[in-house]
Amino acid sequence: MSDPHPILRFRHRHLLGIEGLSAQDILILLDMAEDAVAISRQIEKKRATLRGRTLINLFFEASTRTQSSFELAGKRLGADVMNMSVQTSSVKKGETLIDTAMTLNAMRPDLIVVRHAQAGAAHLLAHKVDCSVINAGDGAHEHPTQALLDALTIRRNKGRIEGLIVAICGDILHSRVARSNILLLSRLGARLRVVGPSTLLPSAFERLGVEVFRDMKNGLADADIVMMLRLQKERMNGGFVPSSREYFRFFGLDSEKLSYAKKDALVMHPGPMNRGIEIASLVADSPQSVVREQVEMGVAVRMAVLEALAEHLPNANHDDHV
Amino acid sequence: MMKLSTPAIAHQPMALVNCRLAQTGVEKLQPGGVLVVDGVIRDVGQAVVPESLPPHARVIDCGGDVVAAGLIDLCAFVGEPGGEHRETIASATAAAAAGGVTTIIARPDTNPPIDEPAVVDFLLRRARDTGRVRVVPAAALTKGLNGADTAEVGLLLEAGAIAFTDGPRSVANARVMRRAMAYARDFNALVIHHLEDPDLAGEGVMNEGELALRLGLPGIPREAETIMLDRDIRLVALTGTRYHAAIVSTAASVEVIRKAKSAGLPVTCGTSINHLTLNENDIGDYRTFLKVAPPLRHEDDRLALVAALAEGLIDIIVSDHNPQDVETKRLPFAEAENGAIGLETMLAAGLRLVHSGDVTLSRLLSAMSSRPAEILGLPQGRLEVGAPADIIRFDPDEPFVVDPASLHSRSKNTPFDEARLQGRVKLTIVGGEIVWEAA
Repeated sequence: MSDPHPILRFRHRHLLGIEGLSAQDILILLDMAEDAVAISRQIEKKRATLRGRTLINLFFEASTRTQSSFELAGKRLGADVMNMSVQTSSVKKGETLIDTAMTLNAMRPDLIVVRHAQAGAAHLLAHKVDCSVINAGDGAHEHPTQALLDALTIRRNKGRIEGLIVAICGDILHSRVARSNILLLSRLGARLRVVGPSTLLPSAFERLGVEVFRDMKNGLADADIVMMLRLQKERMNGGFVPSSREYFRFFGLDSEKLSYAKKDALVMHPGPMNRGIEIASLVADSPQSVVREQVEMGVAVRMAVLEALAEHLPNANHDDHV
Repeated sequence: MMKLSTPAIAHQPMALVNCRLAQTGVEKLQPGGVLVVDGVIRDVGQAVVPESLPPHARVIDCGGDVVAAGLIDLCAFVGEPGGEHRETIASATAAAAAGGVTTIIARPDTNPPIDEPAVVDFLLRRARDTGRVRVVPAAALTKGLNGADTAEVGLLLEAGAIAFTDGPRSVANARVMRRAMAYARDFNALVIHHLEDPDLAGEGVMNEGELALRLGLPGIPREAETIMLDRDIRLVALTGTRYHAAIVSTAASVEVIRKAKSAGLPVTCGTSINHLTLNENDIGDYRTFLKVAPPLRHEDDRLALVAALAEGLIDIIVSDHNPQDVETKRLPFAEAENGAIGLETMLAAGLRLVHSGDVTLSRLLSAMSSRPAEILGLPQGRLEVGAPADIIRFDPDEPFVVDPASLHSRSKNTPFDEARLQGRVKLTIVGGEIVWEAA
């Protein structure tokens, strides 16, 4: 971008969520990510920024795209990257979390990227280890790098974020992507709407400063951005949603529903998509869809985050915990 | 008469003089003293001055401190049997003594549970041999706390159980609850119930609302409590059982209690010191020591509880003392166990409400002593002639900072970690014997 903020520095030691980041913090990361996009599009993609640093990907939940995205980001910056997938079958996953964290901490990593099924897991880890912690998704709480990559994608396509109408649709209740995006995009001045059935979207969400809609027609009217969320199969049990066909009929994004939004509205999805459940294939593959660009921005944003936190390495003399 | 694990009676008469007396039923503190002979309060009031005492009496000058009846805590987990890594009767009663609690009603959700006369007997013997304060077991309402089969109410009463409850579990099945209540009614037994519809609470781990949404944690709606309370009140009307709602935590529950009481039903209720002095915001960044059942609610609920306490609608305050070790608390919030310790900090935390002007000292103390005594039918908990000499001395204005390391409980999961409180207990007497004296 034209006017980055070369003097401003990212002040935080960890990236545990969007909560706690200022608009300026976010803009620093987005501007750094623009540079990373350029690097990633060169033939020579490697930088030495993190040479000699160790990055551990600690994933308690299966993930292909987020984990590989962080791995690639770390490698492009020259870090040594280790992937740890901890598959836990026991109910007490948390015991593994602390035990594993202490073990890894003893190996003196510089950065730990963690994904865990429980909200607050990244905070807990950050209190126990000496290195920087990046939250790659904790339960239904936050997924900050996803929100950053979404913001970057939006800004590159629309030239701005302020004033845009963003409609996030689907299973808001269980979505960390929705929470992080609500926080980030409203901090940058977008108008946030959330759309979904009451079972997946309690009206208390209004208190987070968003407009709540129960139908796609009104929710998508004049939207600049339509962000679809993945609907987990298990929501069909337990009375959240009666069936996938009923869900698709009323909340799945097809061409008709998309026509309620602005003509040039962007269609986004954090992936992986359930085609025919929350999104029709025709829409997912349409020119309005920026789903693949989101993946590319994912690597860039993660490079930016790693580099921003690396400014604090080795982790001496830092007392802020955000 | 109920069996009590009364500590050995001290034979030397003892007198507390130069006190401000918190006497049951008297709103203002009165200057005076207390004379204790043979473990019983022999005299109390202005006449108790050094000149009037028997010549060999031990005299303690209280320097103008408040002297009140020892506290009665209707809900505490004491660890035995089966949870000795979390707490023992020795450690729980040491904490109680230091906190001014002179009678503990022990929760029955032990391992094995207190659903057998032999276990009641075990607990009473252990309390007699290792306890510093009185410990009286509550027994299970259903066998093995299974929520299905009524426990041996009659035999358990004979063994010394004081009330019937399934501890932290709710009896979800209304037919089972009706029968248990009807059966307990014939023995005039007190039924204490934890209020949470388990289906509606579901996977919830904190109060449902904005904060739960922000933290990404599944919520427990207030209705999980009120629906259960509503149901219970109707069953009380049906069966006529003496019923005590263990912990009410919402403004709506207070209104249900108000209606039940004005209808003349034999209903009482309590709340915990945590629900009176903390709210959901104290959870902050997933602090598991603030994870309790029922969950901490919104500030509006807390204010309604405080008002109901002041009014007397909420009868009593419990510590809900629930020791948890590091392994069950150092986990992601949703996976951590419920519970906070509270025996040792209950009085000082409660005094916050007095210092803020929301509740009078007299109401606070009655909610922790004479009122639970009335509900349970115990002779102690009153500063009056003829009552057992369970007495505490404290300066309600003395400031201190809670240091978890110095607490006596075997577990350190206090939600008042490093909190600034006022009113440390200086002296605790049980049955005329000093069981705690602050350094």
